Amino acid sequence: MIVARGLVKRFGSFTAVDGIDVEVRPGEAFGFLGPNGAGKSSTMRMIGCVSPPSGGTLRILGMDPRREGPAIRARLGVCPQLDNLDQELTVRENLTTYARFFGISRAVARARALELLEFVQLGERADSKVEPLSGGMKRRLTIARALVNEPDLVLLDEPTTGLDPQARHLVWERLFRLKQQGVTLVLTTHYMDEAEQLCDRLVVMDGGRIAAEGSPRALIERYSTREVVELRFQAESQEEYAGKLTGVAERIEVLPDRILLYVTDGDGALAEVHRRALAPASSLVRRSSLEDVFLHLTGRTLVD
Amino acid sequence: MAHPTAAVLEYHLVSYRRTWRSSALSSFILPLLTMLSFGVGVGAYVRGDVAGVPYLDFIVPGLIASTAMQVAIAESTFPVFGNFEWIKIYFSQVAAPLRIADILGGHLGFVLFRILTSTAAFLVTTALFGAVHSWWALAALPVAALLGLAVAAPTFGYAASVPSDNYLAMLFRFAVIPMSLFAGVFFPVESLPGVLRWLAYVSPLWHGVDLIRAATLGVAPAWSVAGHLAYLATWAVAGWLLATARFRRRLTI
Amino acid sequence: MVTALALPRLLRLPAAGRRAVSVTERNVVALKSSYWVVLISGFFEPVLYLLSIGVGVGKLVGDLTLPGGVVVTYAAFVAPAMLASSAMTGALAETTFNFFGKMKYLKLYEGFIATPVRPFELALGELAWAMVRGSVYSAAFLVVMVAMDLTTAPRALLAFPAAVLVGFAFGGLGMALSTFMRSWQDFDLMGSAQFALFLFSGTFVPPDGYPVAIRWLVEASPLYQAVVLIRGITLGSPGWSQVGATVYLLAATVLGLVVAGRRMTKLLCK
Repeated sequence: MIVARGLVKRFGSFTAVDGIDVEVRPGEAFGFLGPNGAGKSSTMRMIGCVSPPSGGTLRILGMDPRREGPAIRARLGVCPQLDNLDQELTVRENLTTYARFFGISRAVARARALELLEFVQLGERADSKVEPLSGGMKRRLTIARALVNEPDLVLLDEPTTGLDPQARHLVWERLFRLKQQGVTLVLTTHYMDEAEQLCDRLVVMDGGRIAAEGSPRALIERYSTREVVELRFQAESQEEYAGKLTGVAERIEVLPDRILLYVTDGDGALAEVHRRALAPASSLVRRSSLEDVFLHLTGRTLVD
Repeated sequence: MAHPTAAVLEYHLVSYRRTWRSSALSSFILPLLTMLSFGVGVGAYVRGDVAGVPYLDFIVPGLIASTAMQVAIAESTFPVFGNFEWIKIYFSQVAAPLRIADILGGHLGFVLFRILTSTAAFLVTTALFGAVHSWWALAALPVAALLGLAVAAPTFGYAASVPSDNYLAMLFRFAVIPMSLFAGVFFPVESLPGVLRWLAYVSPLWHGVDLIRAATLGVAPAWSVAGHLAYLATWAVAGWLLATARFRRRLTI
Repeated sequence: MVTALALPRLLRLPAAGRRAVSVTERNVVALKSSYWVVLISGFFEPVLYLLSIGVGVGKLVGDLTLPGGVVVTYAAFVAPAMLASSAMTGALAETTFNFFGKMKYLKLYEGFIATPVRPFELALGELAWAMVRGSVYSAAFLVVMVAMDLTTAPRALLAFPAAVLVGFAFGGLGMALSTFMRSWQDFDLMGSAQFALFLFSGTFVPPDGYPVAIRWLVEASPLYQAVVLIRGITLGSPGWSQVGATVYLLAATVLGLVVAGRRMTKLLCK
């Protein structure tokens, strides 16, 4: 579906995407993970054929985005990071007018709009204006709009950012159903649970490069341990306890408010902590998640 | 501590510093160009005097009044609507210990500042063209301020009530432009047919035009001065009451 | 060789045209009640100017003698200029203020270009819409002119396509200009420039009286050319200056569209 080799995007002297190789196969859900400014959205815009690459090669659906933009975009569905719905139109009109841009006949556009509004559970709001809709509803409408041309490939830039938990789960469930129908999904996110839920494969981007690539499970196995123990000590500094923990874990990370032990057997490690007569104020044993991988790869420093 | 109304006025003056250049252009250069096009250009084709003076001298006071009106309405339509709908400044002001009268008074004070600076600049320029005949012309400034309030205050109420900015465009189309064209700025209202003439008499602009024309030409106005002033003051007071009611409804529920 | 280059372009044309029309369609769907009133009221503005300046001030001016020796009333002199300026205003309203809002604030076009629609087609579709609006104004104004006996019906019929051309020229130029705008404040400047054009483009007096330098400036302005074209049709006998004006306006249309399409590609397809 998508093949990128040494893909580069520059804005003046700033390099947003710095030579990435990506291959997305038909029918899979592929994720771009990364902190803000990692180059995810720039990559998505290049794949959406609205941003010419500054270097490298990019083939989408077997075509060249530089020369065959309209033909590629005819088979893409795009759900941008910020909803750019048409505020002057109703919910239904947003879908029907958009369908016209793809050369879809009015009758088909009407039928499809009805179908899609049911699919994203907005059937009852069909004739409402866009403005009073909640954030979750707008997002679902944007997703419905991205599906109006029955695309082979759907691009979703942070599909659930800013949504409440109910709305997120509804979006995930709909995206999962799309995937079952054989639609290829490409999404960006910085929610690890989202990536674990939806993606078959993903890449972690940082500073315009790919830091790691694989399935969520494989990434966790490679870059983290099976379990993590979180300890909080009642003390001015967690640091003084860190020294007494040597040998307990494969890797120890000291944070201002807690200590993380990366281990294979969490309960065993916790028993060892208690055996050393270190009494943490609280402790938690959990399975390692993509979040641990992500923070390990991209660091904890805040990027804005 | 400064009076809360003054604090609101100060806010508007501070934010005006960002945009004063482009607004100064439209509120000063445009009337000047209008004066050149009509007063000088068309004036050259006008046969004889109008109301006993050259055409340029006839339309200059009219343009002063119509500038006051246009600045007043421009400053009380989109800015007021935007303060409710777009940047929502009024809501943040009402969250501070300010009364409705402070919010309204401070903003109207700023509109007054805009009217006075625009008309004063225009008055000085026209005096250089020799279109001003008397020291009474200084009285044009307070009249312009009163005229401005007479149209700005009700417009504040209107802008606080309408559901979309399309209604603001309609106010320009159906009130501001007809007034500027038919309320005695470009030609004497006496040449209008019956009903239209009465419509011109009803418009606040005509009262401002008649007073300011009397002032710059140093002659007596067509109506009594007190009558004109009372009429304009009625518009201003009624507008203030309307605006207060509308602001109260929008800002305190 | 030439056919090999031109053929794929020609084949692409129907698809491009269809996509441009779909952009126009969106505007038709977006027409809502309050916007209708604004739209219709736009027609009254030039009529009011005609009545105030043409008739009201006309009483103070009397008749004018045109360079050809023809004597006309002042209203008949002003009317074609009002038609030209209303074609200008109608076209600019859609292609500047509304266009800029849709592009910069509503982010509408970012959604459009994610579809097969290309920026140039988008510009074309928006221009077509502006033309529909402007043409309705022009037709209505010509009816008023004929009713007030300011021109004859056959001349009015000929003036209609001229007014549409004027709309195209200003629509294209307006759209190109909007792509250079940074904020709403820039529109204040543009509004002022537009008003200055309206005042001095041979609209209310022949530019004969102006100093030479200013006269050249006036004669180079698009509105002056528009006024020459339409006044020639509604009042005089059209000649070479009308042909020149037509060429000028056609060139302005093409230039505007090309610049707008390029700039939009640059702004939207970063």
